[in-house]
This record gives sequence, structure tokens and C-alpha cells, in this order.
Amino acid sequence: MTSAITPEIVREHGLSDDEYKNIIRLMNREPSMVELGIFSVMWSEHCSYKSTRVHLRKLPTKAPWVLQGPGENAGVIDIGDGDAVVFKMESHNHPSFIEPYQGAATGVGGIMRDVFTMGARPIAMMNALRFGEPEHPKTRHLVGGVVSGIGGYGNCMGVPTVGGEVNFHKSYNGNILVNAMCVGLARADRIFKSAAEGAGNPVVYIGSKTGRDGIHGATMASAEFNEDSEEKRPTVQVGDPFTEKLLLEACLELMATDAIIAIQDMGAAGLTSSSAEMGDKGGSGIELDLDKVPQREANMTAYEMMLSESQERMLAVLKPGREAEAEKIFRKWELDFAVIGITTDTKRLVVKHKGEIVADMPITALSDAAPVYERPYERQRPATGNPVYDKTKPVLESLKTILASPDMASRRWVWEQYDHTVMADTVQVPGGDSAVVRVHGTQKALAISTDVTPRYCQADPYEGAKQAVAECWRNITAVGALPLAVTDNLNYGNPQKPEIMGQIVAGVDGIGDACRALDFPVIGGNCSLYNETNGEAILPTPAIGGVGLMRDGAKMATIALKREDDVLLLVGETKGHLGQSIYLREIEGKETGSAPSVDLTTERRNGDFVRKLIETGRVDTVHDVSDGGLLVALAEMALAGNIGIETGLTGETAEAIPFFFGEDQARYVIAAPLDEIESIKSELETAGIVHAVLGHASRDKAIRVTNHVESALSALRSAYEGWFPAYMNVVRVA
Amino acid sequence: MISAVIVFPASNCDRDAATALEQMTGQKAHMVWHQDSELPDVDLVVLPGGFSYGDYLRCGAMASQSKIMQAVKAHAEKGGAVLGVCNGFQVLCESGLLPGALMRNADLHFVCRPVGLEVTETQSAFTRKYSNGQKVVFPVAHGEGNYYADDETLNRIEGENRVVFRYSKGDNPNGSARNIAGILNEKRNVLGLMPHPERVVDPQLGGTDGRAVFESLIESLG
Repeated sequence: MTSAITPEIVREHGLSDDEYKNIIRLMNREPSMVELGIFSVMWSEHCSYKSTRVHLRKLPTKAPWVLQGPGENAGVIDIGDGDAVVFKMESHNHPSFIEPYQGAATGVGGIMRDVFTMGARPIAMMNALRFGEPEHPKTRHLVGGVVSGIGGYGNCMGVPTVGGEVNFHKSYNGNILVNAMCVGLARADRIFKSAAEGAGNPVVYIGSKTGRDGIHGATMASAEFNEDSEEKRPTVQVGDPFTEKLLLEACLELMATDAIIAIQDMGAAGLTSSSAEMGDKGGSGIELDLDKVPQREANMTAYEMMLSESQERMLAVLKPGREAEAEKIFRKWELDFAVIGITTDTKRLVVKHKGEIVADMPITALSDAAPVYERPYERQRPATGNPVYDKTKPVLESLKTILASPDMASRRWVWEQYDHTVMADTVQVPGGDSAVVRVHGTQKALAISTDVTPRYCQADPYEGAKQAVAECWRNITAVGALPLAVTDNLNYGNPQKPEIMGQIVAGVDGIGDACRALDFPVIGGNCSLYNETNGEAILPTPAIGGVGLMRDGAKMATIALKREDDVLLLVGETKGHLGQSIYLREIEGKETGSAPSVDLTTERRNGDFVRKLIETGRVDTVHDVSDGGLLVALAEMALAGNIGIETGLTGETAEAIPFFFGEDQARYVIAAPLDEIESIKSELETAGIVHAVLGHASRDKAIRVTNHVESALSALRSAYEGWFPAYMNVVRVA
Repeated sequence: MISAVIVFPASNCDRDAATALEQMTGQKAHMVWHQDSELPDVDLVVLPGGFSYGDYLRCGAMASQSKIMQAVKAHAEKGGAVLGVCNGFQVLCESGLLPGALMRNADLHFVCRPVGLEVTETQSAFTRKYSNGQKVVFPVAHGEGNYYADDETLNRIEGENRVVFRYSKGDNPNGSARNIAGILNEKRNVLGLMPHPERVVDPQLGGTDGRAVFESLIESLG
């Protein structure tokens, strides 16, 4: 092994001088180029979580229903009757900015592999997307590319993409966020893990051939962007959903046998991380012969093969003697299959190429010995104050403006490009509080939601993160499901800056506190740091993806009004918090004031009350109150049901604007017939829950606010539905 | 009624079709692999939706050349019923069992939404339980459902009452010629359509308008 590693080469690999010194100490010699490459990806922020690990340990990860917490490809929860749900969310931010279609597509493919490598069939996809301001010259192109990339991959896989989020803000101009979540269904006693236990077992490579694409993707994802970032396009992988679909079916077929000891997808850092992680978890060693690796291109070097991030590949360790049986399955699905190595008892990763040993390193050096930093941090003082606003602005005009604003307008243009009904189990399509999919062949259903309000997190990283968890919990509750667990996708800037590290620490604390209070453990996640371009960080964006369970999916609530004489009841207290609200931003042009605070006890009490009403079949129309406040929530209910509303100020509130547009938390609007509302009211009083009758549904297709002119639903609808297609220049056919 | 669902590589509505068939007929469908050369003894063959062979080359082009399609053609030749949904419709056009072609949607986007349809022909094994002119809603989910044929062909299939489903006026999701959503072959035993009847047999999924397709088949085929 010859090596001519200069300080420049070390730096190009994203390693600091201290880290390199540590490598020499662990190896007792200078590493070879292949070894250096392996260290660089395994010790990258993306793979090692070196800046966040000490903080992530503080998150609650356990509950009686958690079968697998963080540390595997995805988390697993028990939903009874022997069924388990496997899910995770992961970012593909940097690649999607450079090449939006392929970046987003391979993000979808990667997270699906994380889920089916655990033995689950993916049954629903979600995505949380953040783009720059609509006026930015790149935004339209990025939106178009990301949406078609997600659709292109997910649609071909035949897994419904059932919802998510799309936000626009100038802080994402140079660094968009593409977070994809996959939810899968497995049998609780048939979960597959990645621990390659035992020596002498064949290591098999399955899926697509290895090419030169995606080399150093993990390292790219661990650095800031600058003007030259587009030159990194060759590090973006190219997806092939057709192969992935075959890989999914072939893996599930193999998993139905008992031939597998361990299996892991080749995601970031491909062959390197999959083999190192499997060896590490199994306490074994792994020996690979790269000449056996199916290759797409001629003359690939060992370095290229070990660092390639070619998609649609898996590594598995089989029981000895089961190779032929496995090979037959993969040949049937016309996929590559090769025995490329063997497990050993040396706890070393040994890589051979053309008869030479090109890497020979202790696996613990890649995992346990990977750097962990307690980076210095500064907690920012939260933004405070109640901003002033013009009290004379007419509320219905403002409502229309808000409904037609980029962050609030209907996302129909987006989700109609995703097949959201394939698999014939989607019982709540996008546009509601949560997506709901049935557990195939049962009465059970899963509610899924992804949430975070980055502007709150910017004003107050701790309260904002709490709010993200609370809103996710509330959205799942609002359809009638019991929230069970979350996956988090922590998107932040450069952790080497104390103020950014402060946001991360506060965010993790906020998530932890909310998850503990709501019995909503974190079972997996992903960190995406260095989301900065030319030194400007994104808004802190800890996206939360949650899953809840409904015993009887037929009792599900939706936001759409259903009866013209229903009474509208608000559960929860309205103080009129306008700080950081959509109203303030869209109508007053200010992003100021404090973020709304979340009282987790109230949150839980109000939510548990509402859920019970749905579970017992007493209420079928519920909407949580979030972005935009009460009047926006009412308008969404009216538009979804095409039924009008009459409402006015209630309670002690004297000011219309904070009442209708304030973003106080822990609130739900429910609609039900009068006699039902009467009995609900008395139960709310007994329970000590603040509530108010808001008005009622109405025959007239309009929203009428006492003392204000009315607004026709048709006008509101064209405002709400019009923005996205107009922005994307859609030409309607026929 | 005994049915078979053909599974091509990257078919993805095969399970949905089988579920709907079982729900409607009470009998499990045979799942037939694309490399098989024979069909079991069945009354109905379903070519399901999906992205057979990744939609590479052209949608349905490679599937139309697969081994099992010889058997499907022979089944159709003998008068056996064949239902092609979405990608299945594309396969039927590519294999010559139905005329015309399905092009990229006019707005170049994949579209998934419920669309209004009109049942324009009830004299068929697939639609006899509908009433003529009945308005129904089925979901579509496709990127290439823009039906095209030359005028002569269009005039002929219209003249022979072979257009069984049309998109309701103003609700054509893909730019299809003459709002065509589904057509029959000359012998009227092969139906291809872009909308998905199998996704609307269960009230919890937002409608049951697709049931009559299966009820018609059960009545026709026993």
C-alpha cells in the first residue's frame, strides 16, 4: 500500500488536521488513499453525527410500543395484532439544490430502501419541502424539478405519496430542503436488522451495478455551499425507480425465507458504510473482494467502488449455503447478485482489489472512534414583543390575501402530480390535517403528518421545536388517531458557528421536552447540517414526521364541513398571539415578535378530549388551528366541504384581527349538530377546557363575519387554488 | 368468474386489481408472471396499472413483447375478456389489441385526481350494468394517458360505438382526442381505459362508481 497523502488531500476529504492525526494513531501508520476515502465518509457529519450525537442522546426514544429506536435503518413501532410500522425521514437537500429532479428522486429511493431493508413494504410517502422566495430566479425551476423527481420515483414504485409540506422563504434561496419520509408495514416478528453476526458467512451484493456516480456525496452533504456548488453536479446520483421496484419485490421475497442474517441498504457512502456498519453492529469483521462487485463501468478503482453512491443496491449477509436460493430470487427479478465477501472474526474491514489488499482497518476506528464534538454553543435570546398592526384592515380582504399567499395557498398543483391513491388504501388524501392510509386488509389505519414552522424556530429555537412536535401530534389527533412516535429531520446551518449550534441544542431540547410530555418518542431521524450558502444559514428547520394509529379507520374525521346546519365549536384558548404569524408577514410585511408558546399540558388535554370525540363516533369534522389562525382554519373547512360559514367575535376578545388571525396553540375547530355540541360543551366545562361557539355552517356559499361584508366561497376558492398553478404557469387543457 | 392478473416487472396496481376482484367476485385472482407462457383457465385477464419495465422505451412497449402476451392475445382471439387499466391500456395499444396510442399528457405533468366520466356505451361485457350516459367518477393516475389515433380510426371506433368511457366535458385530464378515456376492440371483448375502476369499489376510498365494471363482467362471464 503506497500512499502520498498531502495536507491538501486531507482537506479535500473534509477532514481536519486533528482528525487526520487521529486516523494515523488509530491505524498505527499512514492510511492508503482507499482508507482515507473510507475515513472521510464514515467520519463525515452526515454519517457520524459528530456535532449532534451528544445532544441527540437526550431525546426520549423508548415506549412500550417502540420495537426499534434510533440506530437502525429505520425505527419500528408495534401497532397490535402482530403488525409493525417502520418509518423514517431523511434529507436530500444538497443534491436537490444542484440537480432537483435526480436529487429529490434519489432521496425518495434512499428512504424507501431504509424502510424495506427492515422487512417492511412501504405503504406511504410524505415529504417536507422548503424553497427560496418565489421571486428568486431559481425557485420555479427547483419546485418543478423536485416535485417531478418525487413523483417520478414514488409513482413508479407504486407507493402513494400522501402529503407533506411546501414552504417558501428567502433563507432557502441558496439551499433548499427536501426531506422525504417513508412509512412501511411489516410483521412485528419479521423485522430485519443490520448486525452481521458470526464469522464465515457470505456477504452478498444485490441490486444495480456500481458506477462512478455519487462519489463523495456524503462529504458534499457535510459542507457549506458557495458559488461553485453547481460544479458538484457529478456527485449527485441518478435514480432508477424501475430497478428499485424490482429490488423491493426481490428483497421481500428473500425475506420471506429465513436465509438472511443481516441486511442493509447502500445509501450514503455506499459499500463503505454498509459493510462497516454491518460489521460494527454484528461485532464481526468483513472481507470484501471488489473484483466480484458488479460494475457498470470499466477500470473502476477500489477508491471509486468503495465511495460510489450508485443507487438501488443492498448488502446482505446470508446463512452459509443459502446463496443459490437467494440468487434464484434475484435472477427472477433480473437483478445483479454476487457473493463479494465473507464475515470474519477479526473486527477488521479488509478490502481486496486485483489481488492486492487496498484497505485493512479496524472497524471500530470507523464507528466508535469516530469523532464526537461538544461544539461550543450560544443559546440566542428568543424574539419578544407583540407587534403593532393596523386595526382597521378588513378581515375578509386579509383572509383572501392570505389564502392566495405562497405559504398558504392550496398545494393541489403539487400533490396531483403524486399518485396518492395507488395501493387502494388511502382513505384521507392530501389537503387535510393528516394523511390516512389503511393497514391493508384490516380496520386499522395510520395517520401521518410532517410539521415544522421554521419562522417560529428562527424567533425561538426552543419553543419552535416544541411547536413542531405539538403541531404534528395535533394533526394526527385531529383525524382521530393516537400519535405513537416520530422521526425527526434536523435541518440547520453550520454547527461550527456557536449561534447555529445554539439553535441545534435548543431545538433538540424542545423536541425532547415535547416528545416526553406527549408520549411521542423519537424512533429515528437524520441531521442535515451545513445548510448555508455563502455564510447565510437557513431558518432552523427541525421537521417532525409523526405516525399515529386509529383502531377503526372508518371513524376518521376530516376538515370538510358536511352539514349545512352544523354548529362550529372552538376547543382551546384564543389569546390572539400575532407574533411571527402569517397575518403579520403577509398583511403587515413583518416577521417580528415572539413565537407562540406551547403549553404541553393544555396541548395534551385538549387533544385527548378531541380524539375521544372522534373515536366514539360523535364528531366527524375537525380541523386544527395553525398557520394563519382561526379564520383561515374556518375557510379551509368551508372550502373543503363547499359549505358556507357564519361567524363572529366570541368570548372576551374585542379585537377582530388577533382573534381571527392569531396563532395560539392547542386549538381545534369541530363541527357537529347542535344537540351534540350542547353535550360536548358541558363536558368541556367539566373538564375545564376553554372553548367557544364560533358560529355555524350555512346554506349560502359564503363566509360571513358579523359586522363585515361577506366573501363568496367561489372567490376565496379561486384565490386559494389559483396561486400555485399561476406561479408555475400551468396551462389548463380541455 | 375466474380471473388472472398479469404481473410485469414494475406493475404496481396488480395487488389493487386482485383485491378489487376478490372483493367483487369472492374469488382470488391468479397472479401470472410475465415470463410464463401459459394462462390458467380463466374468464378474464387483467393487465394492471404500473410502470412495466420502468416505462422505458415507450409505456407498455416492452411489456407488449413479453412472453405472456402471446397467451393473452390467444385468449382475446378466442373471445376471452381482457381488461387493461392505465399501464394495461398502454400495453394493449402497444400490442395491437387496441388501436391508437397513449401520448404524454398535454400539460406534461403526471396527474392523479378523480375525474368525471361519462359512460357512452353500455352494450359491452364491461359496462352493461351502467346506464347510457351515466356520469361516474374514477381516479386517474398517469403521465401518459393522452389518447391519440388518426381521424379515420377515431371515426371508425366512434361509429362502431367502441368508445365506452369519455372524460366529462371540461374534465379531460390529459388532452385525449375526443375526450376518450376507454375503448373496446372490434370484437368488444377487450377494454382499455386510463381511469382506475379498481380504486373505486370500496366506499371508504371515496366512491363505488367502479363496481359496475366488475358487476358487468360477473353478469357477462358468469
